[in-house]
Amino acid sequence: MNKHYLYALLAVIVLFFVAYVGAEVFGLRIIFGVLIPYLAVIVFIAGFIYKVMGWARSAVPFRIPTTCGQQKSLPWIQPNKIDCPNSTGAVVIRMILEVCCFRSLFRNTKMSLEEGDKLTYRWEIWLWVFALAFHYSFLVVILRHFRLFTEPVPFFIQLLEKVDGFFRIEVLYDTIQTGLPGVFLSGLVLLAAVTFLLLRRILLPQMRYISLAADYFPLFLIFGIAFTGILMRYFTKIDVTAAKSLAMGLVTFHPTAPKGIGGIFYAHLFFVSILLAYFPFSKLMHFAGVFLSPTRNLTTNTREKRHENPWNYPVPVHTYDEYEDEFREKMVEAGLPVDKPFEKPPETLSDEKADSSA
Amino acid sequence: MSDLPKPEEMLKTDRRPSATGWMDTPVEIKKGIACYAGNPKSLEYVGLPNPRTWSCFDEDWQLPENWQEIIHEGLKERLERFRSFKIFMDICVRCGACADKCHFFIGTGDPKNMPVIRAELIRSVYRNDFTKAGKILGSLGGGRKMTMDVLKEWWSYFFQCTECRRCSVFCPYGIDTAEITIMGRELLNLIGLNIDWIATPVANCYRTGNHLGIQPHAFKDMIDFFVDDIEEVTGLKLEPQFNKKGADILFITPSGDVFADPGTYTTMGYLMLFHFLKEKYGLDVTWSTYASEGGNFGFFTSHEMMKRLNSKMYAEAKRLGVKWILGGECGHMWRVIHQYMDTMNGPADFLEEPVNPITGTKFENARSTKMVHIAEFTADLIKHGKLDLDPSRNDHLRVTFHDSCNPARGMGLLDEPRYVINKVCNNFYEMPANTIREQTFCCGSGAGLNAGENMELRMAGGMPRANAVKYVHEKYGVNMLACICAIDRAALPAMTEYWIPEVDVTGVHEMVGNALILPGEQKRETDLRLEPLPGVEAETEDEAKEEEADE
Amino acid sequence: MNLTAHLVRHKDAIVDRWFDMVAETYPADTAGFLKNKKDPFANPVRKNTLAGMKTVVAELFGGMDHEIIRKDLDPAIRIRAVQQFSPSEAVGFVFFLKTIVRDLLHKKYPQLLTDPETLPAVLDLESKIDEIGLIAVDIYVGCREKIFDLKAKVERNTVYKAFHRAGLVVEDPEDGPHIRPV
Repeated sequence: MNKHYLYALLAVIVLFFVAYVGAEVFGLRIIFGVLIPYLAVIVFIAGFIYKVMGWARSAVPFRIPTTCGQQKSLPWIQPNKIDCPNSTGAVVIRMILEVCCFRSLFRNTKMSLEEGDKLTYRWEIWLWVFALAFHYSFLVVILRHFRLFTEPVPFFIQLLEKVDGFFRIEVLYDTIQTGLPGVFLSGLVLLAAVTFLLLRRILLPQMRYISLAADYFPLFLIFGIAFTGILMRYFTKIDVTAAKSLAMGLVTFHPTAPKGIGGIFYAHLFFVSILLAYFPFSKLMHFAGVFLSPTRNLTTNTREKRHENPWNYPVPVHTYDEYEDEFREKMVEAGLPVDKPFEKPPETLSDEKADSSA
Repeated sequence: MSDLPKPEEMLKTDRRPSATGWMDTPVEIKKGIACYAGNPKSLEYVGLPNPRTWSCFDEDWQLPENWQEIIHEGLKERLERFRSFKIFMDICVRCGACADKCHFFIGTGDPKNMPVIRAELIRSVYRNDFTKAGKILGSLGGGRKMTMDVLKEWWSYFFQCTECRRCSVFCPYGIDTAEITIMGRELLNLIGLNIDWIATPVANCYRTGNHLGIQPHAFKDMIDFFVDDIEEVTGLKLEPQFNKKGADILFITPSGDVFADPGTYTTMGYLMLFHFLKEKYGLDVTWSTYASEGGNFGFFTSHEMMKRLNSKMYAEAKRLGVKWILGGECGHMWRVIHQYMDTMNGPADFLEEPVNPITGTKFENARSTKMVHIAEFTADLIKHGKLDLDPSRNDHLRVTFHDSCNPARGMGLLDEPRYVINKVCNNFYEMPANTIREQTFCCGSGAGLNAGENMELRMAGGMPRANAVKYVHEKYGVNMLACICAIDRAALPAMTEYWIPEVDVTGVHEMVGNALILPGEQKRETDLRLEPLPGVEAETEDEAKEEEADE
Repeated sequence: MNLTAHLVRHKDAIVDRWFDMVAETYPADTAGFLKNKKDPFANPVRKNTLAGMKTVVAELFGGMDHEIIRKDLDPAIRIRAVQQFSPSEAVGFVFFLKTIVRDLLHKKYPQLLTDPETLPAVLDLESKIDEIGLIAVDIYVGCREKIFDLKAKVERNTVYKAFHRAGLVVEDPEDGPHIRPV
């Protein structure tokens, strides 16, 4: 057993009970429904800004992009504009592909030698697929939740819901559907993807070796969020109007904590609050950091345009004059040109000098 | 029978990890992996801290008393100075995409050679020293204190990384282990932890202008030997120029190619090319003894040392009053020139924007730095039909091309050398796609690790490259591994000798030299290695037979 | 049916098991990579080791041609010779074959182990595995000699060049001394 994922799991379970018991048994609805969410949002925003400002404060002394394709050099050589971006526009495209399509992860090609030495290529695709599925389904789920924070619900949220719900599985619909709202694909995909990413870390020895508690914790937490969300939507069926009035109360700064939404809801909300507050202090900041990564977001025309280093300072160097002074005699003997003519110093004089300095 | 111990039990293979994680498993510094410590005289000469005689196998590393404080302050300073470093400390999610991309991990099987762990070595200390969560949660938060064990781990693993950047190609956030290793080595240098294969070349380069400590007259002597050899091959006496004021172009290349085979043949190739251009087009190229080193082992020491050594290039170009600078085949030299030089020691406003006077081509990509890569230069000449070439003189070679890490991933110089190779030889075969271009495997000896005492590490690190070479050797009969890096030329022959002895190593401009038809040359009977050209031998034998028949 | 005829039917299983056991001589975190990564260029250890093992097992149940065994065992040992294995660890994996064969016999053909008719064949097979082990030792020593050779070359080059540069080395004159055959 590995203490890293055990502690992470334990932490999430404890958090669940804190919220559930707190709201259900002790009725601390104001604390879990209002205070903690507000606090979490404040911590998230302040922490996020603090972190990004911290990065921005650090200098970018050199332009060090990783070039992943042919440079722009001679006019008749086809450059790779995206993977070796020469202009700001190309960098933007590179960054969009990186951020939206996880292009670098996609590079994970796998090759195998079939019988008879035939080379075949296959994508080692699963990490990329599940990473994409995870991030996009999470995004859709978050956007869908805006229906709880807006009145009237904006058009694009409704459209998104329709598209997301459009994928509902008909078999499910016919048999278990009665009384159930339409099945949203995004929630299920999120749960599946987060499970995959978790199992990958726990089961592969190589992944277990490099994983810290800080890697398991957010996964367990997001698993908890998706799980409680799905539980509420399809099984325990909470009072959506009450939930919405709580959410609307939060965004309009007239907070209320209505009765009848149950402990699971508060656990769900508490998980989200914890995730928000945890975000700026964790690796989850990769979301912002990727935009600032100097190996990706800089142009590769480093010999064409000079880059300024804000802290460039003068350093001791060995000048040509010092060099020639040391080697002048040998240079002259070898027929190498020198700046100052070589004059053989009178030997007695140099001896005297040596004596006096000693 | 069942009472007998099983063979695998007798072996006591206790390499399986204990239940403890990597953080709690202290490093064991081993012979064959570790490099010798820096010579105190070298450290003294360039003013590096804490010069002393020590060995990594000693219990006591003779560190300054407050070494932890020095490391902490150094870490802090670098977090402020380098956004790359700070971001890379914060955003890794340990997705594992980099884990099996490192040639040292693949070759040694040591899990701490996974790039993500190499970075975690510093990250763990960063978390403890600079983040609240790391301080409070301790190892659970991924943080740990800077102890002697951690320091030894740093020293061991930052000198098991060749700064090749292959992992950074696959990282979704572009986290570059080279950057981490550069910082790690910089920090180690603050308390006098270095290796001699880096420290001594640095001191030599500072004093004499090149890593080998070649004094100016000896440098010229060595070039004169090549002139003699070229005369033997071509019948022509070349007259290379040194430290010439008012020349058109200053040429700088790694000194390794002047003193070690097979790099010497590449140098001969340069000499012949410049002779050709002088004879035919009047181009005036000069060598320098002061700036006789293209490579920059300062890059493997610290940013400051890199700048100190690199300063000679512009200083010499200015002193000689040349128009622009041409750089020879080298790996990390070109990373330094392409991504650092102009920023550190520029602007080079005393030079002209580089134009090839023979073809009229403006090297716009080098407009500001004013230094052109010889592969760009030669490719341009060939494209415009300015060179007289006989590629059949390389017909005995079946060539593959090893992309050197730095030109590939720090520059994007991929197709220029391929164009040149294809014009100077007739048999060229690529290695499999995930082992070349931006995905190229390192030679395993870069970033100052091409010493002798760490030969096992070098061979293990070179194995993925050798494996791909072996594939094209078996499939296409490849017998020559071409490269555009002096460290490659110094390191790969040992690698091929161990893994695939049928394959030899060459620089691209050695093949150019072989194919180049110099005006007024004699009929060539040997290549630059003074080995008989296959076709010629047969012809002369035939002629001899005919003569016999005639008699 | 004789012993080898039985065993040869499990050839592939033997090779697979053997490779797994070899992979497990690495740290667990690495073993997973070695076993699962099938790309021959991203995982050269697997490719080279596995390919050799197939022929070695074939030879064990076949002609025991030393030259073939030497050639095909070479890549696996060449790799282990530069990794941080002790000499016994580097070559000892050959003897894993004994465990594999014994386990197989126990499970599938227990009668062969007690049958006085086939017992000599079992012992003979074990001796053949010893033979392969000895070949492995030869290969290993060859690899280590090569490593020391390469190390010595680096040292020699450094020293020689330093002397040469200092002008302390006298080159052989091109035209002599001529040693004439007597």
